[in-house]
Amino acid sequence: MSWGLDMGSAVDAATIALLAAGIVFFVAGTVGLLRFPDVHSRLHALTKADNLGLGFITVALLLQAPDAWKAVKMLFVWLLTMLAAATVAQLFARSALVARPPQDRRP
Amino acid sequence: MTAPLAFDLVLCLLLIGVGLAAVLARDLFAAIVLFIVYGLFVAIGWVRLDAVDVALAEAAIGAGLSGVLLLRAAGLLGQRSEAPAQPPHKRHFGSALPCAAIAAVLALLSLLLPDTIAGLRGPVGENLAATGVGNSVTAVLLDFRGYDTLLETVVLFAALVGVWSLTPDQLWGGRPGLKEHARIDGVLTSFGRLLPPVGLMIGVYLVWIGADAPGGAFQAGTVLASVWMLAIMAGLVDAPPVSRLRLRLAVAVGPLLFLAVASAGLFTGGFLVIPAAQAKTIILAIEAALTLSIAVTLALLVMGRPRRPA
Repeated sequence: MSWGLDMGSAVDAATIALLAAGIVFFVAGTVGLLRFPDVHSRLHALTKADNLGLGFITVALLLQAPDAWKAVKMLFVWLLTMLAAATVAQLFARSALVARPPQDRRP
Repeated sequence: MTAPLAFDLVLCLLLIGVGLAAVLARDLFAAIVLFIVYGLFVAIGWVRLDAVDVALAEAAIGAGLSGVLLLRAAGLLGQRSEAPAQPPHKRHFGSALPCAAIAAVLALLSLLLPDTIAGLRGPVGENLAATGVGNSVTAVLLDFRGYDTLLETVVLFAALVGVWSLTPDQLWGGRPGLKEHARIDGVLTSFGRLLPPVGLMIGVYLVWIGADAPGGAFQAGTVLASVWMLAIMAGLVDAPPVSRLRLRLAVAVGPLLFLAVASAGLFTGGFLVIPAAQAKTIILAIEAALTLSIAVTLALLVMGRPRRPA
């Protein structure tokens, strides 16, 4: 058995472990979206999924990238997604605050 | 069961499930959101079918732009809150029956298709060299079946004329949409400053790469339109008055250049015949002009009719 194959399977195992970790965060985010009571706690759950879940999945895919150029593209997509998600989360949170201030919310 | 087959089966089930949910949703807003989700799943389906060009167009136009247009329309409808004239089930039955019939016929026809079809891949590949571009999809869209694309751009143009024709007389030539009130140095404004340079680069890249790889005028145009919309929503620039000559030229330049090239072909070989020697230059020029027109037209369609004076 060649050393290269062992190295390859180690990288594959790391990819699977990182993907699984990413999925855990996405499931947690989705459960939070479905179960949490108000907009702000739901956003809190979703942003975890966006930042950490997508981060884990990006790192997992980086290990499988055929060349450095593809890897840079993936990092770029991840950065842009985080930027957009963070902005949209802020906008949602603000408009939810305006629509229903915290003191008026049901306990 | 192999992993790709399992993935495809799950994707098909999701497509049918989300499609049904979008059609059956009671709430208009929920139906539109489900329609956007459906568009994204369709885009993944096109990727699985190895049709990246179609996937890009579906994600950008089918899910993205159509979604925004529908949301805007729903917002405008919501302000009126009229009760439907007929009971819902009666209204829907009349349209559901023909839809079900069409779906049944389509399903039957797809089942009757032979398992292997030669298709046009061979002939297109053989004649690709004559077009000067390396992406067979671009060659088909702009050279072999140029009239399809030409008519599509004319349809977009006509749609914008239709939207503008709803303008009340006193606002004719005014600015579309309402004035955006974004906080200076707010999150949206910072985002609106940061993203447009990146978006411009991606848009130009998409139309340039379209000659040799998946990409092209419609995908690039949608990216550029969304960048412009973002800058307007962030309050960094204002929507231009529709009376502005430069704006109208930008809307018309794509279809006009395409028509001019098509008509010039009448003297050399026939309508829409592009001379092989300069094919790449001409196709890239048409794509560039189309990208500008598509970007401006799509953004103006989202902004809607003029709502305030210039």
